[in-house]
Amino acid sequence: MNSPTPSVAQRLLAPARWRAWEIAAWALIWAAPIALPQHAALINEIVILALFALSLDVILGYAGIVSLGHAAFFGLGAYGAALFAKHVMPDPLVGLAVGTLLGGLLGALTSPMIVRGTDLTRLMVTMGVALVLLELANKFDDITGGADGLQGVLIGPLLGHFEFDLGARVASFYSLAVLFLAFLLLRRLVRSPLGVSLQALRDNRLRVMVLGLSVNGRLAAVYTLGAALAGAAGALLAQTTGFASLDVLEFHRSADVMTALIIGGTGWLWGGLVGAIAFKVLHDLLSAITPQYWTFWIGLILVVLMLVGRERLLSPRRWFGRRA
Amino acid sequence: MNQNTNDVVLETQHLVKRFGGITATNDVSLKIHRGARHALIGPNGAGKTTLINQLTGVSAPSEGQVLLGGRDITGLAPHKRVALGLARTFQINQLFGELTPMQSLALAASSRRDAARRWWQPLGSDTAIAEEVEALLAQFRLEAHADRITRELPYGKRRLLEIGLAVALKPRVLLLDEPAAGVPASERQDILDTVAALPEDVSVVLIEHDMDLVFSFARRMTVLVNGTVLTEGTPAEIAADPRVRAVYLGEQAHGR
Repeated sequence: MNSPTPSVAQRLLAPARWRAWEIAAWALIWAAPIALPQHAALINEIVILALFALSLDVILGYAGIVSLGHAAFFGLGAYGAALFAKHVMPDPLVGLAVGTLLGGLLGALTSPMIVRGTDLTRLMVTMGVALVLLELANKFDDITGGADGLQGVLIGPLLGHFEFDLGARVASFYSLAVLFLAFLLLRRLVRSPLGVSLQALRDNRLRVMVLGLSVNGRLAAVYTLGAALAGAAGALLAQTTGFASLDVLEFHRSADVMTALIIGGTGWLWGGLVGAIAFKVLHDLLSAITPQYWTFWIGLILVVLMLVGRERLLSPRRWFGRRA
Repeated sequence: MNQNTNDVVLETQHLVKRFGGITATNDVSLKIHRGARHALIGPNGAGKTTLINQLTGVSAPSEGQVLLGGRDITGLAPHKRVALGLARTFQINQLFGELTPMQSLALAASSRRDAARRWWQPLGSDTAIAEEVEALLAQFRLEAHADRITRELPYGKRRLLEIGLAVALKPRVLLLDEPAAGVPASERQDILDTVAALPEDVSVVLIEHDMDLVFSFARRMTVLVNGTVLTEGTPAEIAADPRVRAVYLGEQAHGR
């Protein structure tokens, strides 16, 4: 009675506003490499996985495209950035742009294959593209270094001042800055008319079409964006470790990033971050307890998560209640 | 009513659609006039939805043409037909389950204003669109449900949203595929009212089994049987036509 009902515009804009917990979470994330300098290398790994998972969330969580070959873009970005540093110039920011563009380019080129077809088709096509790329990298070992990996990649100082140190302090801040920018960009995008139309697409493609919106154009665009961000993640890995090997294109990369995203939750931007932290921390903890069997536990977690459901799992009072 | 040919907004010429050996649409030529209230009736399997699908471009005809405002749109993609003023609803709701009605309507309004490709401003930052959404929510009696997730709405409200999404596009021609289908009696009046209140200049093509709705709404009717046009006329002519009675009585005799 006292407070007037917010207008339609205010209610539409409400989800775009920053929440206090979001600001606090980002402050904590930025504080992590300062507070835990001895773990900077791990933080860097987590941040790169988070960016990779975020890039998958764009296409899976928001547009509903299932992919088991997201490593194709990650790997291309990694090799692209490494080769660029080795043969053209060592500047990390230019190399990052190269990796991002290469990822996006491959995404744009392969998008016609994923705009049509069923989920199974997409799973197989995306996986196939990654396998083809892996074998190409293996075959052209004079360029990629093959199974030995690409050696002798030297990355210049960041912004011409900050040398990448062995303690990975600069690396972790660098990766964190890229992740933060990507997050800001996507946060803006998903609340925009285009972003909402992507979520609509995930719910009902036919209706998007009869609302007068191009379905294929949207799928291609979002796939390209996801691929570009995966390329950026790959470039960060190659630059901050000074190394690229066939491992960046392996199937397990695509599977791991999917696992991390599923643990963190799809369709919200924090899913990639939460998932990457949970995945890496679990990996470290479980490996310390049972070095050989960590995949057993991650497998078990996945099964429980999928069968029980996240909401149910996270709210204990619903464990014994009726299924909502 | 003016039957001037200049007044024709939507037209089909000798439309044929075959699925394998079955001819679902057989030489259908229709003319829909500006401001029409045109009902398309016929027994189940008469090819009504197949015809609508060809009009909207969801499926391609085997032969014949579809003209919108005199322009041949036979090969045009569905989303491009919408830009030319052709909108439809579905017999089975086709909604965005995870979005709210407010977001869904805002998306439709953005589409009409060619603003749905904006990726930098948040949805709702355009005040003209927000005002349009507000009016639509009132028109379709969805204010109280505007912020709920669509899949959690009562069926009648979802049905209203189904129509609202098409009306938000401000079409010249609106195809309504069984708008009252499955709506419980308690919520049926909302559907009838909103359909009756559609703007006069919009040409409405209604497919419906509910004869009360058809006869209260239509000023012209086409009867489709086995993919062909059996007859066309005013509701009074159709009601008096013995062939139409035979089709419907025959169907009833077969225990539909």
